[in-house]
Amino acid sequence: MAEGRAPRAGADGKKFERRRRAAAAMAEEAPEDGAVRTLPSLRRLSRALPFGRSHGRLTVPALCSQEKADPQKTAFVLRKAWTLYSVTPLYGFRRARLRDYARLLGAFIAAEKQKGLAVEVGVELDIKVALSSLADIRGSELDQAALLVQLSSRSRSSSRNSEDKPVWLGWFCSVFGDELSESVPEHFTCLPLFLSHGAESYTALVGSWFQKTFDCCFRRLAISPLNLSWMVAMWAGCKLDRAASAVELVFSVPRLAQPLDISYAIHPEDAKALWDTVQKTPGEITHEEVDVFMDCLYAHFHRHFKIHLSAAKLVKISTAIASAQCDGIVKVRPLGAGCSNAGQIKQLYLKVSWFFCMISYKELLNPQF
Amino acid sequence: LTAPPRQGQCPTLSIPPVLPVGASGPLVKLANLLSRSHLATSLPLPSERDHLRPRMDLVVFMIDIKSKYSLKNVETSLAYVDASFFLGKVCFLVTGVGRVNACSIETNAVRKLGETYCSPVLFCELELEGIRAATAQRLVRMLRICAGLVPGVSALSFVSLMRKSDDD
Repeated sequence: MAEGRAPRAGADGKKFERRRRAAAAMAEEAPEDGAVRTLPSLRRLSRALPFGRSHGRLTVPALCSQEKADPQKTAFVLRKAWTLYSVTPLYGFRRARLRDYARLLGAFIAAEKQKGLAVEVGVELDIKVALSSLADIRGSELDQAALLVQLSSRSRSSSRNSEDKPVWLGWFCSVFGDELSESVPEHFTCLPLFLSHGAESYTALVGSWFQKTFDCCFRRLAISPLNLSWMVAMWAGCKLDRAASAVELVFSVPRLAQPLDISYAIHPEDAKALWDTVQKTPGEITHEEVDVFMDCLYAHFHRHFKIHLSAAKLVKISTAIASAQCDGIVKVRPLGAGCSNAGQIKQLYLKVSWFFCMISYKELLNPQF
Repeated sequence: LTAPPRQGQCPTLSIPPVLPVGASGPLVKLANLLSRSHLATSLPLPSERDHLRPRMDLVVFMIDIKSKYSLKNVETSLAYVDASFFLGKVCFLVTGVGRVNACSIETNAVRKLGETYCSPVLFCELELEGIRAATAQRLVRMLRICAGLVPGVSALSFVSLMRKSDDD
C-alpha cells in the first residue's frame, strides 16, 4: 500500500542518514501501552510526537531546577519575533573555540560584504560577531548548552567609546534532545533548533558560514495546523497570575475568489476552564484531549456563525505565553511583574522551546519535502 | 451485472457558506477519471433517487488530510453504510499527503479508523496528475474485484490480503 511519503533527498552526512533509518526502523515497533514518561527516549520520542506511529501522547517533561536561574540571561528571548529553523547535527564543533569561530564568522561577513553582497545600503558598518554559550537554556544536564550568535554594528564614523548596536541575533538550542544526541556519532553536536531575529540577509550569511564550517543543513521549520492545535491546548491551560491576553486562533480559507481570514478570539479564562475539564492527567496531554478541546471551540463557532472551522486551515495561534505561525515564526511573551518566581517563568519558557525542539526533531527524523 | 459505480465523499462541496471548492476541485477530476461514478458529499444518500440508483460495489471515503472536517464527516457517514459493505467493499482514501506541513489530522487517527472498520487505507495526492491517474487505476482495479469481475478473487479475500501486507 502506498504511503504518501515523499522521497528523501538532502545533503546530510551519510552517517546521519544511517542513523535516521535506524531510528525510523525502531519507530516501526508496536507502540507501548501508555506508561507515563518523564523524559522522552528516542524510540519513544519518534512515537510520542504528534505524527508518529504512536498513541499520540505527550508528556511535558519535568525540567531540572537550576538554582542559579538568572532571568536576565534569557530575557533576550522575549518580545521578539523568532524565525525557526531545524538544524542537522554540527560536525567538529568545539565549545572552547567560540572566540575563534566569532573571528572567522566576522571575517566571512566582511569578505562577503566586500564581494558586494551589501547588507545595508549607504551605511559603512563594521559587523562585530560574538558567540556565547548559554548554560541556562537546556532541558537536562545531558543537553548541549544553547549557543548564542550576536551581530552588532559600530558605525565607523562614531567614536570608539560608542556602544555596539545589535543588528541580528540567533541562537541554537537543544531541550531534552539527549536521546537524539546519544544516537549521533562521535564529533557531532546536536543543536536541532535555530531561532533568528533580524535581517534575512544576515541570517543567510550566518547560516551559510555554519553550513560550510560544520557540514550541517538548515531548513525553515514549518508548523502544521496539527502542531498549532497542540500548542493552543498546552498553553491555554497554563496557569498565570496576571490577567492574560485572549487566546486567538487565525484561520485561512484559501481557494475562494477572495481568500478569507477568520480570527477567533477566546477569553483566556474560558479557554483555561475548557482545557481543565478536558485534561485528565496533569502533565500529560493526549491526542484525544487536544481533539476534544479543538472540537469544542469549533462547535461553539459553528453554533454562532454556521462555519466549519475544522475545514479551514489554522495558520496562527496566540496565547498569553507565546504565539506561533504556520510559517515558523514564533514570539514568546513576557509573563509580567505579577509572576514573582523566576524559576517558574524559566520553566514555562523552556517548555515552550521544548515543544519547538520536538517539532524540529520530528523534522530531522522524518523530513518532508 | 449492473454498471459498477463508486461513491466518493468530499466535505468541501457541502459546507454552508464559507468553503466552496466547486467543479475545479481535484476530487472531481478523480471522479472524471472513473467513469460512471456517483459522487456524494455525505451519507445518507437522498432517498428520492433510490430507484434510479444502480447497485453499489465499492464505497470510497475520501479524507483530506488538511481538513479535520472531512474526517468528522466521514465518521458520521460511516454509520449509514450497511454492515455487509465492510466485507471488502469500503476503502478510505486519504488525500493531500504530499504536504504534511499543512496537515490537520493525525495519520494515526485514519489508520485506526481503517483498522476499526477492517477496510484498507490508501494514501495519495490528488493535486498531482500522475498520482491522480494512478489512484484512479488502483480504484478501478479494486472495483473490478468488488464487482466480482476477477475470477478467483473475492472482495473479502482481497481486503484481507491488503491488510496482511500492511502489517508487514
